[in-house]
Amino acid sequence: MDNLAQIAMKSVNFAAIGPSLWLSCFGMALLLINAFTPRGKTAHVAWISIIALITSGFVAIGAWNHHPLLVGFSGSVVLDNYATFFNMIFLIAAGLTILMSDEYLKREGYPVGEYYPLILFTTAGAMWMASGTDLMTIFLGLEVLSISLYVLAGFFRGQLRSNEAGLKYFLLGAFSTGFLLYGIALIYGVTGSTNVAQISRYIYLHRGAVLANPMALAAMVLLGVGFLFKIAAAPFHMWTPDVYQGAPTPITAFMSAGPKAAAFAAFLRVFFLGLGGMRGEWTALLWILAVLTMIVGNVIAINQTNVKRMLAYSSIAHAGYALVGMVAANTIGVSGVLFYMLAYTFMNLGAFAVLVLAGKQGEENLTLEGLSGFGYKKPFLGVAMTIFLLSLMGIPPTAGFAGKFYIFAGAVKAGYVWLAVIGVLNSAVSLYYYLRVMVYMYFRDPTENFGWVKAPVGAVISIVLSLIGVFYMGIIPGAVMELAKRAIYGS
Amino acid sequence: MTHHLLSLMTFLPILGLVAVLFIPRENEGLLKSFTLVVTLLTFVLSLPLAFDKVFKTSGAMQYTEFVHWISIGHYFQMNYNVGVDGISLWLVLLTTFIMPIAVLSTWHAVEKNVKGFMALMLLLETAMLGAFISLDLFLFYVFWEMMLIPMYFMIGIWGGGRRIYAAVKFFIYTAVGSLLMLVAIIYVYYLAVNAGLATHGFSVADFYKLSIAPATQTWLFLAFALSFAIKVPMFPLHTWLPDAHTEAPTAGSVILAAIMLKMGTYGYVRFAIPMFPAATQQFLPYLALLSVIGIIYGALVAMMQQDVKKLVAYSSVSHLGFVMLGILALNMEGLEGGMIQMVNHGISTGALFLIVGFIYERRHTREISEFGGLAKQMPVFATIFMIITFSSIGLPGTNGFVGEFLALLGAFESQLRWFAVVATSGVIFAAVYMLWMFQRVMFGELKNPANQKLKDLSAREVILMLPLLLFVFWIGIYPNTFFSKMDPAMEQLLHQVKGTQQVAIVQPAQPHHVELKQ
Repeated sequence: MDNLAQIAMKSVNFAAIGPSLWLSCFGMALLLINAFTPRGKTAHVAWISIIALITSGFVAIGAWNHHPLLVGFSGSVVLDNYATFFNMIFLIAAGLTILMSDEYLKREGYPVGEYYPLILFTTAGAMWMASGTDLMTIFLGLEVLSISLYVLAGFFRGQLRSNEAGLKYFLLGAFSTGFLLYGIALIYGVTGSTNVAQISRYIYLHRGAVLANPMALAAMVLLGVGFLFKIAAAPFHMWTPDVYQGAPTPITAFMSAGPKAAAFAAFLRVFFLGLGGMRGEWTALLWILAVLTMIVGNVIAINQTNVKRMLAYSSIAHAGYALVGMVAANTIGVSGVLFYMLAYTFMNLGAFAVLVLAGKQGEENLTLEGLSGFGYKKPFLGVAMTIFLLSLMGIPPTAGFAGKFYIFAGAVKAGYVWLAVIGVLNSAVSLYYYLRVMVYMYFRDPTENFGWVKAPVGAVISIVLSLIGVFYMGIIPGAVMELAKRAIYGS
Repeated sequence: MTHHLLSLMTFLPILGLVAVLFIPRENEGLLKSFTLVVTLLTFVLSLPLAFDKVFKTSGAMQYTEFVHWISIGHYFQMNYNVGVDGISLWLVLLTTFIMPIAVLSTWHAVEKNVKGFMALMLLLETAMLGAFISLDLFLFYVFWEMMLIPMYFMIGIWGGGRRIYAAVKFFIYTAVGSLLMLVAIIYVYYLAVNAGLATHGFSVADFYKLSIAPATQTWLFLAFALSFAIKVPMFPLHTWLPDAHTEAPTAGSVILAAIMLKMGTYGYVRFAIPMFPAATQQFLPYLALLSVIGIIYGALVAMMQQDVKKLVAYSSVSHLGFVMLGILALNMEGLEGGMIQMVNHGISTGALFLIVGFIYERRHTREISEFGGLAKQMPVFATIFMIITFSSIGLPGTNGFVGEFLALLGAFESQLRWFAVVATSGVIFAAVYMLWMFQRVMFGELKNPANQKLKDLSAREVILMLPLLLFVFWIGIYPNTFFSKMDPAMEQLLHQVKGTQQVAIVQPAQPHHVELKQ
């Protein structure tokens, strides 16, 4: 027995899960603190969570370029540059979400402290997905992330829409997890391992046999479906609009950035590294799905009158752009995906932060009509929203433009010129519905006085930070792009 | 100082914008005068370019600046690479010259949200100047897209009845074209990278040296040409223009007509034609055909308009057709005629929109039938309007004559002879629609009682028009001031266009640039 324990302890390396461990500890401590906090007083919980995220950020940065590589738990977790880059995205997404949440929760009548630890747990789960090098670890991360999100999506338990969001997300999420697990089982059957590196080695060594094996293809497809569901790519996007519309607005913002980036992190690692030997097979599939995703997201977004729902559909389209970078499968394209994930985090969370402030209790006026004349009554918020929308459209000099530029450049370089053309044409379609928000904000006379719009410190900080992010990554994208490149090359 | 003249000139308006944000929004007078001062300062800063003799002798880029901007390992490089030559010189000056006039025209016209309007004007000026001086295609694209945003808001917020429709249409039309151009830009870049030529990032000068296979050129040219054709606008992509021009506030129309439309024709001269000479030859007849259709169609539609502003808008379609025809002639006369016609159109159509603005401010209508006999009531206005009308028609002695004559002459001497013959009828149509309109508005009896109390132009309005009149006659009588500084650059351009088919040598990277490749 002693021996066994020693073997087990040898491979334990807590440094490899440092940032997520830190967050989990804080999360659990906060649960305890909540137990002694009277209902309605949640501000300090929010600020403690922010501290948790910032300190976890320092831990995460410490792992950048770390020698030797921080590998732990028998090679099932690694905290490399790639994981660190994504960890930063998750932390930023969680931080911006928490900053915009506190006043919102009070306004909506759910000032419940458990909200914040749940976000921390989601973030920790996301981190395991990004650093998982074993399909089991990735699955574990996915479950931690998803279960926390199911609760968060249905957080407003008195609201029908929120309940619907939670339940729908849970049912479909469970279903997709099934696909993923089935894929893991099959790939284990083919290669005899769940470790991504070993799967990769096996496939390269026995390429002919693997490609001829229908089970391998089935495994690839099932794994793909599992991930594509999480990134809400068409035709696995059906859950997105309802869940995004029903969930509390900050959670919608968070879901579209953090967990989606986590799914991309695992998707990229498993497919490029693990199934790298089958790239020819999955690129052909992803090509079609990328096109489908962009078209479905953009075309349906045109018809939406609810801004939240419109942003939900547009987030499907944005996942499509990211898939283009994945299809390109070259340095510029893949680091473009990483860049885009961060850019999207800033611009989308920024836009949602403005929506959070613009909404009334019960969110009855998140329609386009409800934003009539918003730009005049609230000049700062109007300008901020305009900048986020321009970034989402991909107009220079914003982060969204730089991101799209890299992704499409990657596609052109890899010879997928038509994919790039379809991508930019989709961008053109998206102009219409993003412009429409501006039309209502600026070209219509105010129908309401927006007197209720108060700008609490937290939300304003998150908007300002998002603005800085959007402009920094738009005007001087080189630095972040360099980091993204190092993230995929290890150092 | 001269080293950074272009940057200073381009970014001064942005600095002004930052300052404008700190002026309280109630203080409208200060906002307007401050913006005027900033645009005037920008104009003063650009003046050394006008007096620099170097353009007479050299076709090379002057006042160049080169700063590394974005570089991602050796995968990508974009640079802040700017300069001016005889092609962009007059367009840059036209921009800095028109902007103060446009600002001055808003004095009584813009009363709603003055702060926002002035901020957008300044942003627009930076974007336009930036586009004209960019020698890096990526940089050009950034400025090119940046231009859309302020104009979109100007039309949408301060425009007329159908402003929302016009603004959205304007934005989407222009953006769709430019998005396809973006893919083409990336594609050309990778061609250059593969040829070992992209040592300066997206530098246009490097792209000129590429010899691209004709089949590829076809696609690339189409992507560029579409984007620029929308901006020009060429028939049948012109439909956004009447809407945008008619709905935009006066200052917006002036800028749109005088400067932004030139982006399209400038794009052909600077990028599409010299980068893809073979494809240019291939599409020459089609483009010329569209230009001629634009000339005649624009004139015919203009003739039938009941609204003065719409008439001027459609006349732009016609005038820009002459510019395109001149450029497509691909000889010295045609190109210089086209270039000077760009400036002319900026001056005379800009002035026409100001004139429409004057009467609209007084009467709040632009229907031709509402007017008549204004000449008796407003003699100064009548005189100025007359001169500008002549300039727009192209009467000898005014600027319009020089431009149209040379453009047509160039086309006549080239393979586009028959196109030129047909296009000449456009000059006659121009006389018909302009004079007919002038007659209905200015002459006849002063019947409408609302017109009997009209005041003549104020001192501000006259001051606004005087510089424009000066150039109407200057270019009309002694155009050599302008041509002499264009000649060397034009010769170089022609050499590039005509010579490339034979020269097609891929030059290896020069040694002192190697360190850029990290």
